[in-house]
Amino acid sequence: MTPVSVAFLPLTDSAVLVAAREKGFAERQGVELNLIRATSWATVRDRLVFGQVQAAHILAPLALAVTLGLSQHPAPIAAPFRLNVNGNALAMSPTFAAALDPDPAARIADPVATAHDFATAIGLYHRKPVIGIVHRFSSHALMLRYWLGFAGVDPDRDVMLRVLPPSLMVEAMRARELDGFIAGEPWSSIAVAEGEAEIIALGERIWQRGVEKVLAFRSEWLDANPDTVDRLLRALSEAAGWCDEPVNREELAVLLSRESYLDRPAELILPALVGRMVLRQGDGPAETPDVMMFHREATGFPWRSQALWIYSQLIRWGMVEPSPDHERQAADVFRSDIYRRALGSSGVPMPGASLKVEGSLTRPLAIGVARGSLTLGPDRFFDGTVFDPNDVASYLARFRASSPVG
Amino acid sequence: MRIVLIDDSGLRATVLEEGLLEAGYDDIHVVLPRGGFVAKVERMAPDVVLMDLGNPSRDTLEEMLAVSRALAKPIAMFVDSSDDTMIGAAIDAGVSAYVVNGLRKDRVQPILNLAIRRFNAFARMQAELNEAKTALADRRTIDKAKAILMAARNLSEPDAYGLLRTTAMNQGRRIVEVADALITASSLIGAGL
Repeated sequence: MTPVSVAFLPLTDSAVLVAAREKGFAERQGVELNLIRATSWATVRDRLVFGQVQAAHILAPLALAVTLGLSQHPAPIAAPFRLNVNGNALAMSPTFAAALDPDPAARIADPVATAHDFATAIGLYHRKPVIGIVHRFSSHALMLRYWLGFAGVDPDRDVMLRVLPPSLMVEAMRARELDGFIAGEPWSSIAVAEGEAEIIALGERIWQRGVEKVLAFRSEWLDANPDTVDRLLRALSEAAGWCDEPVNREELAVLLSRESYLDRPAELILPALVGRMVLRQGDGPAETPDVMMFHREATGFPWRSQALWIYSQLIRWGMVEPSPDHERQAADVFRSDIYRRALGSSGVPMPGASLKVEGSLTRPLAIGVARGSLTLGPDRFFDGTVFDPNDVASYLARFRASSPVG
Repeated sequence: MRIVLIDDSGLRATVLEEGLLEAGYDDIHVVLPRGGFVAKVERMAPDVVLMDLGNPSRDTLEEMLAVSRALAKPIAMFVDSSDDTMIGAAIDAGVSAYVVNGLRKDRVQPILNLAIRRFNAFARMQAELNEAKTALADRRTIDKAKAILMAARNLSEPDAYGLLRTTAMNQGRRIVEVADALITASSLIGAGL
């Protein structure tokens, strides 16, 4: 047994790690998986960077930020596996939501209209709305900025973004310190169940197959322990398959509800797993089948083009200086080569390429793979824009041209 | 040099504050990590911020340090990433340090060293307190079991204790476990007490 310690934050999308440990997938690969719970992303990052754990459940943009040395000491990070796709939601207080479409299902179904309504609501609101984000370098914060930016809202000027760990969001809503927040599940479902907020947008409808959490290692540890990394990735891939099976979801919700993991009721964790989210207290659930994915459509595969999309957004919001060096470092965080090495012989369908034009699939598409078959779901951005990873500069130029704030 | 301690455990903050005062630092402020604490920290314009590694508000503080115009960068985590031993000790003790005004390393290192020692001292105090609490609870359990044996089997106190000890030794268990089992059994049967 090789011991591997992994730091995680209490979120539904830690499911694959929890299942790998609790359902014996890690053990069968000879890995003794120790899961270390943290309460802030800073702690997860420090434990990884300073070698207290070998791997971490971490926000994909934070893995890039650590590598690029943004706001802390730089440390090269390698992410060979995506732990999930999608899985976050924007929830706003009932008072703010009252200025939007009265039908919550219509709000999430039409993010274009909701973005415009949101922009109008800001003007009508009694003060600048305060929105909680889980980290400056979080997938959700970048999606929120992208969505607001589309409607001409400058996220750094027209709203107040406040950083709070996901587990404190509901408390802050109750204390009226926030008007809304964007976070991973189950925190938006909990806020809805307590009547503190209504879900008004789903990350999955802003970018249909959006990158979320990754499994991250320090690059030097990853390079020094190829065998352990491969076994861990095989265990996680099997665990992810188990998590995506509809018959296992209730058991998974109960596992995650344990005190050592999320420590929240299983019935509030289940909606995101089965894809039936309650958007407003008292309403019936809405059908949201893609709200969180673990395995299907090669979820684990780290597309280097998605690392580059994150990089493009970091530049767009002035968080990093564009440079060929930064671009290469950013793309290299997503290690699709390691994924191929670890899972190439396992029968998991393997994409032929490591880059794709993000946002170009409007309907499911079967793609060429080395073995078996692989269908990729639609990966549209809600505004219909496509991201060509070979030309970050002209992608960014388009935002500058269309944005009223320059 | 202005030092801000962000801590919601009053005792740990006191332990740390005392240590810093003894070491000759006198501009020390304790801030609770609640609500709008970041604005408070910002107004104080500290040179060094010390915080519990496990505190959920660390993300909020780092965000402030990243965007603040009032404070000069750079931010240093654990002062200097090149000193592995020190970082290891800081993480083990649960200290994270933020230097907000670009101080020289040699001026901050003693503060961090001291913080590590005091955090460790606090952890020891906490462990001893827990131990004392457990010992007290154990003694009460054993006393209760002795009383049950004395009443039910008409034993003297030393004999009742002797019986508990012998049983524990024979079964390879702790005396308190045997006493606990006896109390449970006795309450189920309703005998004796």
